[in-house]
Amino acid sequence: MPHRWGMTVDLDRCTGCEACVVACHAENNIPTVGPIEAGRGRAKHWIRVERYWEGEFPDVRLKFRPVLCQQCDNAPCEPVCPTYASSHTSEGLNAQIYNRCIGTRYCANACPYNVRFFNFFNPEWEKPLNLQLNPDVSIREQGVMEKCTFCVQRINAGKIGAKAEGREVRDGEVQPACVQSCTANALVFGDLNDPESAVSRLSRSARGSKLLEELGAQPKVTYLEKESWDDSSRR
Amino acid sequence: MTPPAANTLAEDLLAPVLQTTRKFYVAVALLGAVVLCGLATWGYQMYNGFGVTGYNWPVYWALHETNFVFWIGISHAGTLISAILRLVNATWRRPVTRCAEVITVFALMIGATFPLIHLGRPWLAFFLIPYPSERGIWPNYRSPLVWDFFAINTYLLGSVLFLLLPMIPDLALIRDRASGWRHRIYRVFSLGWQGTPRQWHRLESAMHIMALVILPVAVSVHTIVSFDFSMAIVPMWHSTIFGPYFVAGAIFSGVAALIVVMAILRKVLKLEQYLLPLHFQNLGKLLLLMSLLWGYFVFNERLTTWYGNSPHEMNVFWSTQNGEYAPLFWTMVLLNFVIPFPLLTVKKLRSITATVIASCGVIAGMWLERLLIIVPSLARKGSPYSWGSYTPEWPEVVIMVSSFAAMALLYTLFSKLVPLISVWELKSGEHSRRKAAARVQDVETAGELI
Repeated sequence: MPHRWGMTVDLDRCTGCEACVVACHAENNIPTVGPIEAGRGRAKHWIRVERYWEGEFPDVRLKFRPVLCQQCDNAPCEPVCPTYASSHTSEGLNAQIYNRCIGTRYCANACPYNVRFFNFFNPEWEKPLNLQLNPDVSIREQGVMEKCTFCVQRINAGKIGAKAEGREVRDGEVQPACVQSCTANALVFGDLNDPESAVSRLSRSARGSKLLEELGAQPKVTYLEKESWDDSSRR
Repeated sequence: MTPPAANTLAEDLLAPVLQTTRKFYVAVALLGAVVLCGLATWGYQMYNGFGVTGYNWPVYWALHETNFVFWIGISHAGTLISAILRLVNATWRRPVTRCAEVITVFALMIGATFPLIHLGRPWLAFFLIPYPSERGIWPNYRSPLVWDFFAINTYLLGSVLFLLLPMIPDLALIRDRASGWRHRIYRVFSLGWQGTPRQWHRLESAMHIMALVILPVAVSVHTIVSFDFSMAIVPMWHSTIFGPYFVAGAIFSGVAALIVVMAILRKVLKLEQYLLPLHFQNLGKLLLLMSLLWGYFVFNERLTTWYGNSPHEMNVFWSTQNGEYAPLFWTMVLLNFVIPFPLLTVKKLRSITATVIASCGVIAGMWLERLLIIVPSLARKGSPYSWGSYTPEWPEVVIMVSSFAAMALLYTLFSKLVPLISVWELKSGEHSRRKAAARVQDVETAGELI
């Protein structure tokens, strides 16, 4: 049976430490752009921790929400790409094929989650950061879109390793960088086609909901939260 | 005012083609310099990266796309207006049609460069062409951008034909008056025109067919441009009204552009005898109609959004009504509706100057409309954490200014090649007018009622 990769994000566990963001930058060769360019909206974070204050002062509560590509089943970014640079893989990932991308940025406009990023400049790393690039991940040139891949290089490595040993990929064996680095175990990754996997069980939780579910994009990332986003602020 | 006789008519209208003044060279040099600045800026943007512009996350479409929609809209001046006027056989159209058709072709050319300028990697734009590659990858026919690519190319081809066909007799006229290399070039382009009755008949049929064909093409082009926005589930983009709204807006800005161009030609080429107050009056009425239609569409769009009260859409809605983009929005309403309405409704006010003032306002207003469709929606989509804003940087502004210069430059150069008012159509108008007058005379002498 083909894999169908998914993730759960437990908002009751997330501490907002942003270790996932740092791990993602390191794993996926995402350059930082410095404070000036970041201020101009050129920062690229394949995963980001959104911070929201809820309630009225002094009865306020701080909430964190890690947002990454939701790897939608019915992805709005895919049909709009004129060159098939944004396309669906057999394992349900929304792939971004850098070589096909001509940079219309239409996919980013169509994405309701704003998780697609444009390379405004060629990437640069300050020494010695240029020596720590991950050889498994390609560098993207100026003018192409990029986004979270669910660390597809790790998924492929896991599948190759399992195949060499003549077995299926074990649950929890493949972990994207963000999941691996999450200190609070808020992020769980796995195969949604395996009903017994941790991610499948958590996805079925009564606490689960999807981001902007009403748009019908059918994300494969499930957010877990004890109370719904709106009720909790009025306690 | 009676139009001039046939022989002076040809002299007057061919003068800009056969004689070149110093002013022409100065104008070409100045406009050419601005266009070169624009091209250099595009090169700068490609070389250094798109980051030199004001584009940012999440406003990934802004000024280049605004100019794209704006110029495609302007291109609806010609073909659509001249095709309609030809089909209903409005006799006053004769001096207007070619001015309009030329706008279409050049505005389309300029508009079609903006999708290239806006690409992150324009050198790979050929991926949009369905060429047989060994990897068997075709363009994605589900993408509205691919629909756009085909729609614009079809429209460009159609409007070039629509412009060229009625030019043939005039090209033959120049061929007969020119000598040397010019004679040879015009001989090629006049396609062996001798003015035989059979040729006239065929030309009339071909023009009639083209006028019929070009109308649905023109309507479809701007509908497809609107699909670039309305197909995406972005708040205030995802709307069924966008197709007709864009087409109406396009004709609106197109008529305005035509009036301004005609006023400039009238002054610069001294065509006061040909482009009469009547033409400005009639086009002014058309502009008024489009202004009302545009107002109707905006009212519909705004009312349904406000009444529906969907939270995603209301974020965008209020940012344009009383938020960040409100000054631009209300300026747009002022320019597109409040100012043109009295100027064009009250008959006493509807002078050439007034229609030109109204038209300049409409051109600016319709440009703002496109900006206000694109930017606020992108700046306010999704969760509030990812909202943004947009301020243009100099590169996109320079490119925009140079696109206007390119229009003026192409028009100036074209005025050297072909008379901007169709000589043969005016002559045939003159002919039928005389015949009608003669008939009236006959009837009068016969003592019958007309």
